[in-house]
Amino acid sequence: MSRQRIAWLFLAPALAVLGVFFLLPVIAALALSLTDYDLYALADVRHLRFVALGNYWDLLHQPRFWSALGHTLYFVAVGVPLSIATSLGAALLLDSPLARAKALFRTALFAPVVTTVVAVAVVWRYLFNTKYGLANHVLGLVGIHPVDWLGDPHWAMPAIILFAVWKNFGYNMIILLAGLQAIPRDLYEAARIDGASPLQQFRHITLPMLGPTLLMVGILTVSGYFQLFAEPYVMTEGGPLQSTTSVLYLMYNEGFQWWNFGMASAVAFLLFVVMFAMTALMLRLARRGGAA
Amino acid sequence: MNRRLASAIIHGLLAGGTLVAVFPLLWMVSVSFMRPGEAGSLPSPLLPAHPTWHNYEALFLRAGMGRYLLNSLLVSGAITVLSLACNLMAGYAFAKLRFHGRERLFQALLGMLVIPAQVAMLPLFLMLKYLGLVDSYAAVIVPAMASAFGIFLVRQYARGIPDELMEAARIDGAGELRIFVQIVLPLLKPVMVTLAIFTFLTAWNDFMWPLIALTGQDHYTLPLGLASLAREHAQDSELMMAGSVVTVVPVLLLFLAMQRYYIEGLLLGSVKG
Repeated sequence: MSRQRIAWLFLAPALAVLGVFFLLPVIAALALSLTDYDLYALADVRHLRFVALGNYWDLLHQPRFWSALGHTLYFVAVGVPLSIATSLGAALLLDSPLARAKALFRTALFAPVVTTVVAVAVVWRYLFNTKYGLANHVLGLVGIHPVDWLGDPHWAMPAIILFAVWKNFGYNMIILLAGLQAIPRDLYEAARIDGASPLQQFRHITLPMLGPTLLMVGILTVSGYFQLFAEPYVMTEGGPLQSTTSVLYLMYNEGFQWWNFGMASAVAFLLFVVMFAMTALMLRLARRGGAA
Repeated sequence: MNRRLASAIIHGLLAGGTLVAVFPLLWMVSVSFMRPGEAGSLPSPLLPAHPTWHNYEALFLRAGMGRYLLNSLLVSGAITVLSLACNLMAGYAFAKLRFHGRERLFQALLGMLVIPAQVAMLPLFLMLKYLGLVDSYAAVIVPAMASAFGIFLVRQYARGIPDELMEAARIDGAGELRIFVQIVLPLLKPVMVTLAIFTFLTAWNDFMWPLIALTGQDHYTLPLGLASLAREHAQDSELMMAGSVVTVVPVLLLFLAMQRYYIEGLLLGSVKG
């Protein structure tokens, strides 16, 4: 048997699965988003009509799409910087030559990452309970009145952001820690001899050297956070007053509650476009920043 | 700055952070052993006054948690074994076998990582519906049998295998399948372990696709069972915490036992930029 054919035999199972169960559905989703596929079409495919960009047009004129996008952007814009700052802070502490028992701290700080979102979201729902929850208990100690975390439209999203930061910061912490450890120690040594303060060392050595890692972590975290779904599903069911309904939540409702598959596919593609644009923008800004 | 003071601040911050990271998990375990209603009394107790297995009994005897646990083990186990086989073969082919269009195909594979999985979910559901597979184990297992990320991970690792090893075996007349099984696979063991843990944890924790594909309780995995329980028994915090413990503890133990491999895989997978 020829080498070529053998290689393709090794590839065949994986490519078949990815082709049939991922690539094909993605293309089908694009096609589906141009139709009015709904409950009637599900029963009898002859009811299917081609509507061109009609679904997209409708969505862009509906406040519910913009509000879902707004909530998602809010989650990304506040959650990602907060997440990465926490990760970086933890990584800097673990990287300090003074720190002892690093392995133990690292494991403990990382533990939330491997837990099941649904299960820990259930736990945090009780921690955010207005009357019995620990969050308000701690606030009470410093004299702050109880907050109705998950019942107040202003506080539900911040609560979900806090939960997401707790759940996810350990992941980037590990990557940033590896980035920090790759910075040559003699750079700091030289800076110290020149009289640079720790803050100056951080600004002029650590941050620039960590730049590429931070960019990668930023891009991965942004695209992860755009896919917000399980947290509001468990903690708030998208409420109160739709204040935590994300784009994916909208897609799920549109598709699997109301069976508007055409419209739901359009939602999915719009999310994809927004995520893609955001990634491209970040790469571009980073390139310009690196050149300056 | 005073070295001692700096050290005290660093350890203080680390201890504080650790407390915040671990407290919700410890609290979950503690409340799961409380009597019904105990966690809702004021001031909220941190430890159970009279530890009891009552909630776990209720979960397994009445709420069907045993079934969800078995479903989760079955689904995650099958995904791990099957996707490991597919990804190992494909990753090895991309790293070590020569064929036309290899680089372009690999680039296309990496391009797929940009597309969020949710885009495929609606047509995938329709496809499985026409195949009569909705609400079956296969609906969750089959689409996860290969992953671009897994193939990428294996390829990165397999590139380090010296070509001479395979060439020597070929000269000795060994077939390609035998070379793969007897020479390559043993060398890929570390990445196999890493990928197995990653895949198992991802499958175990997955929520959105199983929620869509599994419409009846019989096939529910633990996260689905827990989410539906949470909507019915929202007030019953002790029972819910026991459910969370059952869901989280298996993966937490797996992580603690295999931590080194997990962290290595995380770092290996993150250099894809």
